[in-house]
Amino acid sequence: MTFGQFIFYFFAAVLLFAATMVITIRNPVKAALFLVLAFFSAAGLWVLLEAEFLAIALVLVYVGAVMVLFLFVVMMLDVNLVRLSEGFGEYLPIGGIVAVLMVLEMTVILGSRHFGLQRFPAPAGHAANYSNTRELGMQLYTVYVYPFELAALVLLVAIVAAIALTLRRRARTKYQDPSLQVQVRRQDRVRIVKMAAEKKT
Amino acid sequence: MIPLSSYLILGAMLFAISVVGIFLNRKNVVILLMAIELNLLAVNMNFIAFSHFLGDVAGQVFVFFILTVAAAESAIGLAILIVLFRNRHTINVDDLDELKG
Repeated sequence: MTFGQFIFYFFAAVLLFAATMVITIRNPVKAALFLVLAFFSAAGLWVLLEAEFLAIALVLVYVGAVMVLFLFVVMMLDVNLVRLSEGFGEYLPIGGIVAVLMVLEMTVILGSRHFGLQRFPAPAGHAANYSNTRELGMQLYTVYVYPFELAALVLLVAIVAAIALTLRRRARTKYQDPSLQVQVRRQDRVRIVKMAAEKKT
Repeated sequence: MIPLSSYLILGAMLFAISVVGIFLNRKNVVILLMAIELNLLAVNMNFIAFSHFLGDVAGQVFVFFILTVAAAESAIGLAILIVLFRNRHTINVDDLDELKG
């Protein structure tokens, strides 16, 4: 077994273990942490596939941002775990049968007979000065520039939607209205009163 | 060397695990969202494996877009979850039957 094979099987085993724990563990916080482990192992496998930029992006964007968002929300919600885990194993038999059948069918099709090394030989390694980020960037900013802009728009819509959904105006909080502050005139605020000077008695 | 079939079967197993997760955790919306994330990870794994073995970087570009859309999806999903919890004080799927005709 070469070092590359060892790395592949190790990361694949950790990935499958973490994914299984995500769906079976009761505590959502622990499930989120196992999902972090799953994404991390997947990033390792992607490095093995010479997709370095996406591997780092997966760790930074997913583990760094999305999973922290998940943890944040899970800790914010005061969830009754006992009620949520009711009927947990109810659909285990049918789900297990469906999953095993799916894996068997896909193994038949995707096995080494059709997608093995004979059909798809391992590509030659890249040169030492090859940059995956550079090649991806060249494609993104030339061929796929319109989809790239659309992706930016999707993210913008997601930001606006997430903020608009969760924003709430509290009745008791005092807000400033900048337009009213700018429009204020002197006579609204200052009153000059003329008084005669008082004499000492 | 690791053949392409190993990566594809790994992706298939990950996909099956996430489908079982959707079957098992029918009540907890948070775990359902996590199962969807695992599902997308399996898809991305296939895209990157094919991209590597076919020598075409387009697969990686596609994974880039899938990551973007998945991040947007989970952000909006969690925002909906927060609004839901604020209004109903539950994230149990069985309690969310107001639209039942």
